[in-house]
Amino acid sequence: MSIAAKFEIEYLQYLDAEGKQVRDDLPEFANDLNHMVELYKLMLSTRVFDAKSVALQRTGKLGTYASCLGHEAAHVGIGSAMKPEDVFAPSYREYGAQLYRGVQPREVYMYWGGDERGNDYQKEPARHDFAWSVPIATQCLHAAGSALAFKIRNEKRVAVCTIGDGGSSKGDFYGAINIAGAQNLPLVAVIVNNQWAISVPRKIQSGAPTLAQKGIAAGLYCIQVDGNDIIAVRKAMGDALDRARNGEGGSVLELVTYRLSDHTTADDARRYRGEQEVKDAWAKEPMKRLRNWLVAKGVWDDAKEEAWKNECDEWMDNEVNAYLETKTQPVTAMFDYTFAEVPADLAKQRDLALQLDKKAH
Amino acid sequence: MAQITLIEAVTQALAYEMAHDESVVVLGEDVGVNGGVFRATQGLQEKFGELRVLDTPLDETTIAGVTVGLAAQGMKPVAEAQFEGFIYPMMEQIACHAARLRNRTRGRITVPAVWRAPWGGGIRAPEHHSEANEHLFTNIPGLRVVMPSSPARAYGLLLAAIRDPDPVMFFEPKRIYRQYKEEVPDDGEALPLDVCFVLRDGTDVTIVTWGAQVKEALEAADELAAEGISAEVIDVATLTPLDFDTIAESVQKTGRCVIVHEAPKTAGFGAEIAARIAEECLYDLLAPVERVTGFDTHIPLFRLEMKYLPSTERVVEAAKRTLANS
Repeated sequence: MSIAAKFEIEYLQYLDAEGKQVRDDLPEFANDLNHMVELYKLMLSTRVFDAKSVALQRTGKLGTYASCLGHEAAHVGIGSAMKPEDVFAPSYREYGAQLYRGVQPREVYMYWGGDERGNDYQKEPARHDFAWSVPIATQCLHAAGSALAFKIRNEKRVAVCTIGDGGSSKGDFYGAINIAGAQNLPLVAVIVNNQWAISVPRKIQSGAPTLAQKGIAAGLYCIQVDGNDIIAVRKAMGDALDRARNGEGGSVLELVTYRLSDHTTADDARRYRGEQEVKDAWAKEPMKRLRNWLVAKGVWDDAKEEAWKNECDEWMDNEVNAYLETKTQPVTAMFDYTFAEVPADLAKQRDLALQLDKKAH
Repeated sequence: MAQITLIEAVTQALAYEMAHDESVVVLGEDVGVNGGVFRATQGLQEKFGELRVLDTPLDETTIAGVTVGLAAQGMKPVAEAQFEGFIYPMMEQIACHAARLRNRTRGRITVPAVWRAPWGGGIRAPEHHSEANEHLFTNIPGLRVVMPSSPARAYGLLLAAIRDPDPVMFFEPKRIYRQYKEEVPDDGEALPLDVCFVLRDGTDVTIVTWGAQVKEALEAADELAAEGISAEVIDVATLTPLDFDTIAESVQKTGRCVIVHEAPKTAGFGAEIAARIAEECLYDLLAPVERVTGFDTHIPLFRLEMKYLPSTERVVEAAKRTLANS
């Protein structure tokens, strides 16, 4: 019998759970310890931001919020590898990547606090990124369409989309990587495999031993990465982005991590997963291993940790205040962005809403 | 000046706009070498290349979602759904993203895209090829739903749809793709969106319709005229946002209204127009509003198809009933 095709999926890891290097060929960026400290600081900011968001929700100041606890290496690794001109199409918890690209915490608070202006990112490069997508995996096709636009216009830019392990089950994900393969589009599709799609575990999503291998069917380069190891994530992302930028095609990255939180603040993960599993996951969490590594290199210590945490607290407090002080939009806002110009027929409903609003006051 | 069919007017509009705006791209299954199954994109790939007239993988969801991505990056994609019955997988992308990205980002990201789809029955096509489901889209805020009823309006409205800064569903009544020809100057002149076209003035009854049924409405008006009944015929053309003022003005004049459409009766777009007439023109009415529509059934295969579609005879009878009931 002859073989039509054969494949294997590489697994990339530089730091183990304790922060010990498991291979000597560190990528060049990792030798820049100042850069690595910056990455760690943003991971810590993300964690402080996340805790603040959950606290805001618990005190009734936010609506339902999707936590990113445990995803710090994956998300900051994605954001830090991208160039400003690239485009990011995230799902709804990639704050670490978005903070790197200029999304402000107050904007995230506004979105989950019920105000569309949270999606109107004010700073570049986030300003030209897509807003969070709630319908699962649909944003992968927006990234593919963006990548097609870059190819048509001959721009050296890459579109990056992120989905969860659950999202990799959707046809939209396959459609995106399939057209990327067929048209050789500059697309990097990242599966942030955090083991749980609300209450459904990874093993129910697919019988495939890796989710990365789904990209093989589309003709893309595929790799599985320790998603709690930021050096590995940053390296794999950097390579994928370089290949895409150089016209060598798209990639599928599977970042293996863990959702240490509930799915959202409306979820209670204790209903469907055991304590021991979560305890084991905490032992592999992304912050500790990078901190240990930086401490061993002599560039980080408890005092620096404390000082930066305090700075983050202050930053987030300012952001929370800015969010809480933002006035609600006028009632007419729901009409003003439905179309570029309010059509005559809709203008009548706009007037009615205005009258009702005045009456209510 | 050349006389052309409705499908040729579609091609002419696409070619004009692609030649004048390099951000316009056409994508879909079979749109390239084959020129589309109805030949709407014939010759465009030769003229504009494989990237601007892109044959996609066979997946409607991909076509719709990639269209959103292209438009969000400042391109003006014109996507083809090969038949209206294949548009259902596209609806999530259209409803959840195309129609609401402007709103959910406060205008930061917009989707200036067009989805073209051969619409409706009457060509003896296989199952799922004859859907009339415009009402599924008229209930989605942020979308324009446009349906031409002649070669000239196909040309002018498609140009307007491509130039519009918001997403447009452009439903082409395939029954009249090649029914007749008319002179359509290739001058790049768009027709206005969001307005109804009054095709025939009348004083006794208003016939409101769109797309392929404009033919039956005009035939009915001729027959009614032969019997001394003066019918005004309105082509809605842009279903949403609706130009209800033009319809109201006509109903206030005639006091009678017959709404004609091919889609099923219940919750069809005719129900919306009838409700608006009840809300805003009730005291102008001399008789109950009549609806002549498809039935609340699946569109049958072609042996029964013509019994499903609204006929000229049914329109004439409905118009006469409104006079008899006055």
